Amino acid sequence: MKRLMIGNEAISRGAYEAGASVAAAYPGTPSTEIVSNFARYKDVYAEWAPNEKVALEVGIGASLGGARTLVAMKHVGVNVAADPLYTVAYTGVNGGLVIVSADDPGMHSSQNEQDNRGYGIFAKLPVIEPSDSQEAKDFTALAFDISEEFDTPVMLRVTTRLSHSQTLVEEGEAGERVLKEYKKNAPKYVMLPGYARGRHVEVEKRMVKLAEYAETTPLNRIEWGDRSLGIITSGVAYQYVREALPNVSVLKLGLVNPLPKNLIASFAQQVERLVVVEELEPVIERQLKAWGIAVEGKELFTLLGEYSPEMIAQRLAGAEPAPSHGLEIPPRPPLLCPGCPHRGVFYTLRRMRVTVTGDIGCYTLGALSPLEAMDSCVCMGASIGMALGMEKARGQEFASRLVAVIGDSTFVHSGITPLIDIVYNQGTSTIIILDNDTTAMTGHQDHPATGVTIKKQPTKKLDLENLVRAIGIEHVRVVDPLKLDEFEAVVREELDRREPSVIIAKRTCALIDRTPITTTLYVDDEVCNGCRACIRIGCTGIYYKDNEKKAAINPTTCVSCGMCVQVCKFDAIKVVEG
Amino acid sequence: MSQTMNVLIAGVGGQGTLLTSRIIAQVAVDLGYDVKVTEVHGMAQRGGSVVSEVRYGEKVYSPTIPKGQADVLLAFEKLEAARWLDHLKPDGIVIINDERVDPLPVMSGKMKYPEDIIDRIVQLKPKTTVVNATKTAIECGNVKAANVVLVGILSKVIGLPPEKVEEAIRKLVPPKALEVNLAAFRRGVEWSVNQ
Ligand SMILES: Cc1ncc(C[n+]2csc(CCOP(=O)(O)OP(=O)(O)O)c2C)c(N)n1
Ligand code: SF4
Ligand code: SF4
Repeated sequence: MKRLMIGNEAISRGAYEAGASVAAAYPGTPSTEIVSNFARYKDVYAEWAPNEKVALEVGIGASLGGARTLVAMKHVGVNVAADPLYTVAYTGVNGGLVIVSADDPGMHSSQNEQDNRGYGIFAKLPVIEPSDSQEAKDFTALAFDISEEFDTPVMLRVTTRLSHSQTLVEEGEAGERVLKEYKKNAPKYVMLPGYARGRHVEVEKRMVKLAEYAETTPLNRIEWGDRSLGIITSGVAYQYVREALPNVSVLKLGLVNPLPKNLIASFAQQVERLVVVEELEPVIERQLKAWGIAVEGKELFTLLGEYSPEMIAQRLAGAEPAPSHGLEIPPRPPLLCPGCPHRGVFYTLRRMRVTVTGDIGCYTLGALSPLEAMDSCVCMGASIGMALGMEKARGQEFASRLVAVIGDSTFVHSGITPLIDIVYNQGTSTIIILDNDTTAMTGHQDHPATGVTIKKQPTKKLDLENLVRAIGIEHVRVVDPLKLDEFEAVVREELDRREPSVIIAKRTCALIDRTPITTTLYVDDEVCNGCRACIRIGCTGIYYKDNEKKAAINPTTCVSCGMCVQVCKFDAIKVVEG
Repeated sequence: MSQTMNVLIAGVGGQGTLLTSRIIAQVAVDLGYDVKVTEVHGMAQRGGSVVSEVRYGEKVYSPTIPKGQADVLLAFEKLEAARWLDHLKPDGIVIINDERVDPLPVMSGKMKYPEDIIDRIVQLKPKTTVVNATKTAIECGNVKAANVVLVGILSKVIGLPPEKVEEAIRKLVPPKALEVNLAAFRRGVEWSVNQ
């Protein structure tokens, strides 16, 4: 029976049916559900690794150990894992190794929209692109066979629209978990220059064989239609093409690196006009042009964002855009939740008018209105190194008005080494670790400092306070960021100090906090003078009644965290038990 | 049905649009259609504007509904109905839950909530119905069942058999909330809609 599955669940099912027994990942939208789903199978090992580099290294080890292994990450995660990635391309595999890169055209939840098919070309890896959940499952299973047959890691490249769309999938039988024999083989697995030179030869031979395979693989197929227009496409763009242009001829590529030169050339010859439809970079188009095949692509289609059927119909079938009604509507940007601990941090930092190097997580919303208390956000872990860099550029005086903020999961991911740099190179910055006991942004995954594994088993909990002290930070403070006065006092003291310090702002994410709410709030209209100070903290638990010029609590959203109570200078917000 | 049915479900992150789209999609699967559903995860779930797109028919290609081709727009909030109106067919049907959730620019006083938004929507799309699903849900015993009241209204508009929808609700709603949700669904089905 067919079942609806998001693309990510289908990938995990495909890996399971193919007999994968190990999976590792660091969360990241849109990749997260791949390994979180895999972890539900009883007879497999799955883990949240501290970051993507470690996830891939665990994956390489498992493959070397003979297991079929799945590693998943979002597109920018591959940057973190790029070092082992380029070299595992040389060593090849023992058990099949499939690495999923979930790209995010349109940047629904990302800081850039890089096209990771480029990694396949640079690292010399086969890259497979499915177009719906059924293909996501089937192609994943096939990717394991390709990995073992050609002795190569395989990259499965998906995008947000595939990862998070549900389409029908026919489930197959659970495969057998087979462990291949492990044999020591230093020339293959020890990448010293002398051995690596030998492996590079193998890599180039492998690419030639893969290019031959590309000509006949079932991953690529031609759907003949009207030959006046031929489209070459892959991934979700294939669905948009079929929707918009049901009658044209289509060469659908499931293997996008290496490309099938003969198949493409023959398709090109048999159609009057040839167009490549691919989101983001002209990866396929460039290769065709290098081969001297006349093709149109990015002169018709944008390099930016997601495509759509209507865009394709407009560019290639002369369709008119749907009319706009021109209603002007206030935008609805995302907001920190009611009771979010991060609100206290950014409210305080804004009041203090300090410079804030920021990082990535729910707390990046602290950069937006109304708190607007973040100066930078580049990549995970950047806040701490950037604070040191700013201090070295502008001096210690500047550093006494400078803080770095970083989430707990992000700190474990890539904040530890820059903190070591601060100690080693005698920075004086103040670092605030936002310890909300979860990886909230990506949907509340556990991490080493929560003390719980991906399978929800208790494990040794990473003690952030002791870790930071061991690095050599002598001033470590732990404080609840929603106790505003106390929190501000601590930040002031630590900024004044000409030594590095770490403040652990500790309070559980409001969405996972199970502490019962025992109070309710109301605004006393007699006392409220309509100053809007409470409104400016940007909590949906409190709103402004325009007609009466008074604030009011929204009882369905307020979680009684008490922050607005502390912000009100007139004590107009009252707390009652029950 | 040779044509694809396109349903757009819009709301505010955290309002429960996901359960609604899941129920509709499950019914379509049970009826033997090809079905695709696409949704926003990630940052927008934190109180931002969110949309689920459900498509079913004999064969569905794109998971997204081409702009201007949605048959029905179900909005959990008034402003969100307006935001997605351009995605509707010229004679498309609009169902709006009479809820107002102020977005940040309104909360902070930088912009006004357009008070006449319903009138403007009705002018553009005469097949608009405004319902108070929240009130009905409370009457059924739980405010959280508002999304299932909306499922009732929507399923009638797009012609899904009620017994099939109840079957899907039984599959997707936890047992202890089932009675309230079934009651909410039945109340929704009774609603009369402009179409
Ligand atoms: C290299 C990389 N991997 C993953 C992500 C996705 N991602 C963004 S923030 C984040 C972690 C957020 O957790 P935390 O730092 O604890 O902050 P919170 O969201 O809980 O406030 C993740 C996994 C990313 N942007 N970059
Ligand atoms: S999910 Fe948690 S950390 Fe994220 S905004 Fe909400 S309360 Fe804050
Ligand atoms: S107490 Fe105030 S700040 Fe906290 S959730 Fe309620 S309204 Fe928001």
